[in-house]
Amino acid sequence: MTPTTSEFPANATRALTDSRLQSALAKLPGGLVAQRRAAVASLPEFEAMRNEATAIRDATLSNLAFHLETFEAKAIAMGSHVHWAADAAVACRIVTSICRTAGARLVVKGKSMVTEEIGLNPHLEREGLNVVETDLGEYIIQQRGEAPSHIIAPAIHLTEADVEADFRRYHDHLANDRPLGSSDSLVAEARAVLREKFLAADVGITGANFLVAETGSSIIVTNEGNGDLTQILPRVHIVVATIDKVVPTLSDAMTLLRVLARSATGQDMTAYTTFATGPRRASDLDGPDECHIVIVDNGRTEMLASEMRAALRCIRCGACMNNCPVYNAIGGHAYGWVYPGPIGAVLTPALLGIAETHHLPHASTFCGSCESVCPVKIPLVSLMRSWRERAHDRGLQSVTSRAVASCWSYTARHPALYHLIARFAVAIGGSLGRAKGRFRKLPFARGWLKHRDLPAPQGRTFQQLWKETERGVPR
Amino acid sequence: MPPPRAGLFVTCLVDLMRPSVGFAAARLIEASGCTVVVPERQTCCGQPAYNSGDRDTARSIALQTVRAFADCDYVVVPSGSCAAMLKVHYPRLVAGDELESEVRTFASKVHELCTFLADVRRYTNVPGRYEGRVTYHDACSGLRELGVKSAPRRLLGNVPGLELAEMREAEACCGFGGLFAEKYAGISNAIVTRKADDATASGASLMLAGDLGCLMNIAGKLTREGRQLTCRHVAEVLAGELSDPPIGHGKVASP
Repeated sequence: MTPTTSEFPANATRALTDSRLQSALAKLPGGLVAQRRAAVASLPEFEAMRNEATAIRDATLSNLAFHLETFEAKAIAMGSHVHWAADAAVACRIVTSICRTAGARLVVKGKSMVTEEIGLNPHLEREGLNVVETDLGEYIIQQRGEAPSHIIAPAIHLTEADVEADFRRYHDHLANDRPLGSSDSLVAEARAVLREKFLAADVGITGANFLVAETGSSIIVTNEGNGDLTQILPRVHIVVATIDKVVPTLSDAMTLLRVLARSATGQDMTAYTTFATGPRRASDLDGPDECHIVIVDNGRTEMLASEMRAALRCIRCGACMNNCPVYNAIGGHAYGWVYPGPIGAVLTPALLGIAETHHLPHASTFCGSCESVCPVKIPLVSLMRSWRERAHDRGLQSVTSRAVASCWSYTARHPALYHLIARFAVAIGGSLGRAKGRFRKLPFARGWLKHRDLPAPQGRTFQQLWKETERGVPR
Repeated sequence: MPPPRAGLFVTCLVDLMRPSVGFAAARLIEASGCTVVVPERQTCCGQPAYNSGDRDTARSIALQTVRAFADCDYVVVPSGSCAAMLKVHYPRLVAGDELESEVRTFASKVHELCTFLADVRRYTNVPGRYEGRVTYHDACSGLRELGVKSAPRRLLGNVPGLELAEMREAEACCGFGGLFAEKYAGISNAIVTRKADDATASGASLMLAGDLGCLMNIAGKLTREGRQLTCRHVAEVLAGELSDPPIGHGKVASP
């Protein structure tokens, strides 16, 4: 997808006035946020599990090449083909060529963020393939031609009424009097349509929540079972995963799965946790004839060697965005690319460059709510601040804000001058604002004053008053 | 033994906007058995620079502050956000260089006002009294970086007449975020609107917090919408210094 990260302010303004989006977002606090909170509250060892999960991710990242090579060897031994893709274009070419060799026409897909990142669907469609998303949320937004607005709940920006209207528009077999007013009836309709696609598909493409080096397996978690059908029914299964998805052992994967489900949806375990290890063996009842694993770098090696390394711990639970006041206000599309919320504000500049994406790390109150819920303790605020430092060093802020900042900076480093200016400013502000105690209009702070008053200063600085007193008691 | 010397880091917002909070803080610190000093060579904690990516300026301001308070036993800050800057982030600004140990020593002396009174000085018998229902907003940095949660509530629990009514989502951000409130004003407004609603729904007539930035943001929203709920810094109630009108209100009665 074409990023609109540089238009973040306009995107956000649009989102704030979109009443349908706002009513969809209003469900977030009582939904995913409350569910996570309840799950964490009921598990006394959750904090210890977070520490363990963080340690597993750190240890893996510090020896990543070894674990990837172990995974590769084991996966090949289990009959899979392993492909390495340095970037998005290479990854798309590899997947296309596997599809061509298989003589594929219809491709079904499980939910995968990396395939959004590399733009796989449009690429395959240009190559003449018919691609169908099978995760319900992804299926809905594919029909609408939209990008996901959340990493685990891609259609969270829509209401049931939106989905009903879409189904009536796109499913031309539907009788007008067929009731679609409940989520159950919508699921039943999607399931009936998708069942045909699963049976007819030549290739199934999934992502991976984890790649297990010990066994050569890929793991996906879903609540719909669509991932299982995607990887079991078609002749060819292709896994697309980034290099940071590898974990050393099954035991490590279990720890991560326990914090993942709780952080994401508040479940102890997702409804389906599926391990895929190579193609169908002679004794297996079902499974694909071929299994391909495409391991994608696309900027991760560079992140690994930078101060952004901790962001690679991410296990894509979405808790940071669910608990982010900014995400809750504007939803995911305003961020303008694949990964929204605090993790998006850190990953997107790493993947697209800071010049086009500098709004994202700046559009945060630094409240730290994201860090406090992250199951692998990514220091999201510090990482966003690091991006702000790079943006500052490259002079990406407007000329005016840089000028104001450098005047302030000089003054704040010269206390005597600072106190002198402060006294004058506060005397003027105090005399103008004392009666009402606040300002409604000023020639500056227009953003602030558009929505709220600015309390007026009391009229004299503390330093000034303190000097005129004896130990704080006014003379 | 002479009483310990507590340096008051006033914070730029208290210095400029609401010096009465500084006097309330000084009174409380003195009542806890310390001598209060106010070094003149302090300005701002440096967060506007630090959070704008200007690490060099933040570092110079950090060193200026550290030196200004060199002769103090404690550094007390009537703001969780500025206290976290001094205590948590100053050491990060000099990590690995020759100034690190000097700055770490400074950081170990820094305390947010309420935790200083309740936990360091074990002083909870505050002079304030207040008849009515108040609610308390947990400002983000103090809460999440310094664990300021129970100290203000324990202190308020000792104010005769005061009834604390917790609001829904007291720990949710108010949308201030320093320059964020100006640069991304629309988003900030959506966030502060929710906070103003939750604070109002608590049924309190007064909202308290330990950070003037958040308070100015929330009070500005409340007055713009003509709501009855008013805002004060927690130190004002604890010290019983209520002669100044609430934040955003004037000497004359507001319409």
